[in-house]
Amino acid sequence: MNVEKTLTFPVKIGEDVVRLRQVVRAEAIAIGLSLVDQTKVITAASEIARNTIDYGKGGDVTIEVVNTSGRRGVKVVFADNGPGIVDMEKALTDGYTTGGGLGLGLSGAKRLVNEFDVKSTVGHGTVVTLIRWKA
Amino acid sequence: MEQIPILRIGDCLLVSIQVDMHDRMAINLQDSLTTRIVETNARGVLIDISALEIVGSFIGRMLNNIASMSRVLDAVTVVVGMRPAVAITLVELGLELPGVKTALNVDRGLLLIRRQIDDGAEHA
Repeated sequence: MNVEKTLTFPVKIGEDVVRLRQVVRAEAIAIGLSLVDQTKVITAASEIARNTIDYGKGGDVTIEVVNTSGRRGVKVVFADNGPGIVDMEKALTDGYTTGGGLGLGLSGAKRLVNEFDVKSTVGHGTVVTLIRWKA
Repeated sequence: MEQIPILRIGDCLLVSIQVDMHDRMAINLQDSLTTRIVETNARGVLIDISALEIVGSFIGRMLNNIASMSRVLDAVTVVVGMRPAVAITLVELGLELPGVKTALNVDRGLLLIRRQIDDGAEHA
């Protein structure tokens, strides 16, 4: 996978999530994602950003334009140094939450993108990666 | 501090969300809307989300909360103007909006509120 473009900034407060949505939207439009696919990847990124803030105590997000065998995509990587996810299976289940949310963040975001990966080490933090490819 | 304006039309309150809200704005809107329902004796709340390019679980929860709070205060909430791409995304995200009534546009939303108020009056 080749990286055409990359941008990293912190996600610590609500305003950062607004900025993230703007950046992801701009890149999604730039690679020609359909309106529905733009909406899906922005929503997924927004959900995960909220997790990074609420559960990971803030972290960094990297937005990349990537390509592989002729197709392009938007890749978003969230990394925090928070407490990590103790029960990954539960965390990926609809309706499961340890906070006050609806428990749709991880499981819902996963459905909105083409590739989704969570790596977490208890006590060290969590890295969530998502990619939406141009169809 | 940016605020979402709440307009009064007869016995209804109209909120048109025109900006990408961060969390504090959404919470402020929830609070000021409940206050205004009581102040104005509003029977209906119309929330226009036609300018929103995405609705995630946070805004979804806010809409659910507003609907529940206004119901307790004897007002009907109708959300109008959801974009098709937003509707598709909401369903895949798995976000249900139980208790939130929706209409395609402001006109239909006001009609729906009127009908709900009239139905309520008949059963009273």
